[in-house]
Amino acid sequence: MMDFFQATFIPGVMMGLALLSTAYLYRVLCGPTVFDRMLGLNGISTKVILLLLVIGTANDRVDMFVDIALGYALLNLVGSLAIAKYLEHQGDAINAMD
Amino acid sequence: MMEFFEIALLILLITTAVGISRVRNLISAVLVLACYSFLMAAVWAQLGAVDVAFVEAVVGAGLATVLFLLTLFRARAQDTQIRRARTPLVALLGLPLLGFLLLYAAVDLPPYPDGRDGQDLGKASTRVAAEYLQKSYQKTETPNVVTAVLMDYRAFDTLIETGVIFTAGIACALLLRDRAK
Repeated sequence: MMDFFQATFIPGVMMGLALLSTAYLYRVLCGPTVFDRMLGLNGISTKVILLLLVIGTANDRVDMFVDIALGYALLNLVGSLAIAKYLEHQGDAINAMD
Repeated sequence: MMEFFEIALLILLITTAVGISRVRNLISAVLVLACYSFLMAAVWAQLGAVDVAFVEAVVGAGLATVLFLLTLFRARAQDTQIRRARTPLVALLGLPLLGFLLLYAAVDLPPYPDGRDGQDLGKASTRVAAEYLQKSYQKTETPNVVTAVLMDYRAFDTLIETGVIFTAGIACALLLRDRAK
């Protein structure tokens, strides 16, 4: 049971998360407007936070990785706020050009 | 299975890097760059370099994004467009060749140390870490091992690093002061 968990289940979950980020990455790279890109970036960051926790589980060091995932989530919030502030400031001009 | 995951992660990383050079305005470039930092942090974590992953997340995805956006605040909207010239043929042929040469050279590198999944952290780090943990107090009289490494074993490195950061800080302060007048 433990073998299955370590050898198949956890790598499978990691693979699944990587595949999910592909969908978001498509939005970030091709998304017609800046807002699509921002939402895609948020999606990728949540996937990476989950990925960090799963990597921590795979390495038996979850306690350390939980701290990093928390810091990551906080920074992601700050980044999103900065982007939102920027779009509030000049979003109309950017959107008209895109 | 783990190898497939690593390959998938690296493909995502390369796709993002190519994407940065294709987008049409600076705000999109900032967003794609943040995305690159997120994926890079995942790669570092997967390789067991947790501290590097954290720094990549803090500096790359957090701080750099905010600083780039602060710069864009000052720019007019039409200045954030990127007009790209056609890629020269030399770059189109030469850079893949360079990449191939680097990959070819990487074949000769010594094999990756054991225990990449965090069980034992590679041969060099287990050997050296034990040495520091046992003997650093007798040698340096500093109770904290991290402080002992940073301030005793690598004192000159830290001193010069501090000098670099101090210089950069002064340069930024001078530039921003002129801007405010």
